[in-house]
Amino acid sequence: MRKTGRGSRREKVRMDKRDRKNTPSIYAPDHKEITPCLALEDLSVDFGGLRAVNEVNIKIASGERRVLMGPNGAGKTTLFNLISGIYSASAGRVIYFDRDITKLPIHRRAELGIARTYQVTNLFPNLSVAENIMMACQALSRTKFVVFRPLSSYRRFTERCNELLREFGLWDKRNTLIKNLSHGDQRQIEVAMALAEKPRLLLLDEPAAGLSSAETHDLTLLLKKLDPSITILLIEHDMDVAFEFAEKIAVLYQGSFLTEGTKEEIKANPIVQEIYLGAE
Amino acid sequence: MSGLWNSKPKIVGLILAFLLLIALPSFYSSYWITLLTQMLIFAILAMSLDILLGYTGLSSFGHAGFFGVGAYVVAILSTRYNMHLAVCLLSGIGLSTAISAIFGLLVAHAAGVSFLIITLALGMTLWGLAFRWVSMTGGDNGIAGIVRPHLGLPFSLNNPLVFYYFILAFFLISLILMTILIRSPFGHSLKGIRESESRMRVLGYHTWLHKYLSYIYAGAFGGCAGGLWAYFNGFTSPYDMDLTASIEIILMVILGGPGTLIGPALGAGIIVFLKNFISAYTQRWLLIVGTIYILTILYAPQGLVNLMKDLWERRRTGNREGEERQFAENRPGIPPGESADG
Amino acid sequence: MSNFLLVQTLNGISFGALLFLLASGLSLIYGIMKIVNIAHGSFFMLGAYVGLSVILRTHSFVLGALVGGLSVGILGLAMERGFLRKFPLQPLPQMMITLGFALVFRDLALLIWGGDPYTLPCPKILQGSTQIFQAVFPVYRLFVIGAAAAVAIGLWVFNEKTMVGAKLRAAVDDHEMAGGVGLNVPLISGCMFGLGSFLAAFGGVMAGPIFGVYPGLDFELLSLAFVVVLVGGRGSLLGSVVGGILVGLIDNFGKALLPELSYFTIFAPMAIIVAIKPSGLFGKE
Repeated sequence: MRKTGRGSRREKVRMDKRDRKNTPSIYAPDHKEITPCLALEDLSVDFGGLRAVNEVNIKIASGERRVLMGPNGAGKTTLFNLISGIYSASAGRVIYFDRDITKLPIHRRAELGIARTYQVTNLFPNLSVAENIMMACQALSRTKFVVFRPLSSYRRFTERCNELLREFGLWDKRNTLIKNLSHGDQRQIEVAMALAEKPRLLLLDEPAAGLSSAETHDLTLLLKKLDPSITILLIEHDMDVAFEFAEKIAVLYQGSFLTEGTKEEIKANPIVQEIYLGAE
Repeated sequence: MSGLWNSKPKIVGLILAFLLLIALPSFYSSYWITLLTQMLIFAILAMSLDILLGYTGLSSFGHAGFFGVGAYVVAILSTRYNMHLAVCLLSGIGLSTAISAIFGLLVAHAAGVSFLIITLALGMTLWGLAFRWVSMTGGDNGIAGIVRPHLGLPFSLNNPLVFYYFILAFFLISLILMTILIRSPFGHSLKGIRESESRMRVLGYHTWLHKYLSYIYAGAFGGCAGGLWAYFNGFTSPYDMDLTASIEIILMVILGGPGTLIGPALGAGIIVFLKNFISAYTQRWLLIVGTIYILTILYAPQGLVNLMKDLWERRRTGNREGEERQFAENRPGIPPGESADG
Repeated sequence: MSNFLLVQTLNGISFGALLFLLASGLSLIYGIMKIVNIAHGSFFMLGAYVGLSVILRTHSFVLGALVGGLSVGILGLAMERGFLRKFPLQPLPQMMITLGFALVFRDLALLIWGGDPYTLPCPKILQGSTQIFQAVFPVYRLFVIGAAAAVAIGLWVFNEKTMVGAKLRAAVDDHEMAGGVGLNVPLISGCMFGLGSFLAAFGGVMAGPIFGVYPGLDFELLSLAFVVVLVGGRGSLLGSVVGGILVGLIDNFGKALLPELSYFTIFAPMAIIVAIKPSGLFGKE
């Protein structure tokens, strides 16, 4: 009993698994990346009188691992919200694999392969771990409007869900409600959910927030094991995690793009030192 | 269906209830049979609201409007045009579905409190139609004389016991359909929207559409309950669909336990029973309902069924905090080697 | 014909004035405290009932209005202090509680004053009609428009020009910050709730001579008040004024021209506005 009538009028933007496999080779990891995964052009957003993000220009190549740093209030999360579509840009553009997505609604961007985690855990508290992950597994499938078949009968979702549960060591806790889980487990589930639909761009907003050093270490290992074809943009306050993960680092300050470079360049940069040491 | 539930007492309880519902009424006087019939009709109505309130997290304060639409369509078509029962009922369901499809366009973007206000206003608009469009609806006087037609069967619907089984069939079918809805991928999405709509959108869900459809499904079942009510009561009036009626349905859902389907059915049974029972002794029904409401919110906001679940879990695990509470009714995490229907 | 137009317009505006009194309190409470007070219509009704009793005993309309308003204002304050406080910043449980209270109040009113409808006696000086152009119009209705206008101006001054108004807006915008700066947020919230309830009850007494008071008045008017808040925008004084007048006019002309569909005619503008600008004409965000 499908009641979606709108698909025909809209342009087909969803690329499901089959399309991704047949995608032209410029996206294959062993060829030189021509099209950047993400390009922000003069991206700005205003809230009332306040310009929270100011003409940011960043290009991120496909498969790259980039860290976004900056003191509190620099606009990092705001930038994520602009990329994922939660905020509408006041000016500038967001280009995703050569496609202008600036005006695209949130769920359409997810369909294109953009996934994110939240700085403040945003899961489904009264549902179990498995139910949370299932929610992510079926998110981009047409079958999410089906009413006459039980969800548990969809093997491809249950298998993907089980796969993720085992990968993240959550199998034993799969029936526990999120609100009864430790903070560390919840942060893990955030990442698991973001990975469920095999995204092409992963936005991680301080995934190590509130984690112990042991948990942070596990998380870092996990992030390093991620599929190299996924482009990852990571906001991280913890300098050690950032420097261990990143190839290039971009620094934001008070909503504007300050500088970017390799680990060594950023570490040595006196302005960066000042804004960080001055702020801390 | 029963295979998906993992707790023995629940299965036993449900089978027991089922048997009781089928067997027991034969032993009762027509007063109790009629009361039970009324409980079942309102159980369908309460469950329909549970889809919106308990599963999607949308508090609709105008749900009695759809109930009224179903009732009035049946009333008008049967008293004025002598149409067949099936035509009347289907038309009632059809019109309430159509109206919810139109209203849904206005409400589906809203959430929380604004959803509440808009649905309240829309519900009262429907009431206003019933109240003022006198030439069509009889206004304040309502429409009387709705007869239960002869279906060409060996027994008559005017026999309370026969009518009871007729309604019971509708109740069971509704329960089954709604349970299938809840356990479907669509139903799962509704729960996600209830928990965190923002998260759902970022995952890729077009939440507006889900909320819209949820509203329509609820309206359809609500209209069905209304149509059945018209045949049950023989009479329908604007009082069946005013704000007080909408509020009573919400109380049924909250008292029973939102998000459980069975809970609201139980809540409906309790409220209907209390209403009939108390009204025999005192006029102060509203006062009592209001007080129950306040006490429920203060002391058992999760509703009776969830309260019982919690108490049961605490006893089972022996853990006062209930920390390791295992809850899932769907079990997507199925170990390899077991069938998908676990 | 223009006679009809004039009379109906004035009727609509006077109804709108009453709706403003009712909706302003609701909008205030909703906009500032994010609480939807389902018992707000009940306060309107209770104010009218209390006013009725006082007027019948003391023959003073002014006293009736004051006592009616104050007593219900205190009732509102008590409800907020005693019950709504238990669920800070959780609008839905708070709203459910006000719902329970609405039912309780309805029944208590039934118990105390019975089920018969009453019309409040109009104060002697305001009885009779006056002539405006060719139309004959009751003086009392003009008084109602004037009184509501005075209240609107008073609220505007209070909000914009006084320290209390500024403190209020601060408390609305950021509870924590306001508390940090030394504002007694719970006290302010309580007083706001009381003020809103007072306005509703006052409106009820004002409306008494025109519409009377009867069980059922509470929910009938509550819905209209919600439409006003939807149309005008929550938390906006100007919205309550404009919304009130609009809804009052539409309801009145609707009743006069299409009596059978009159409640429904309010639905159309509400639907249009909700569809185009969900936050209302003057609402924020």
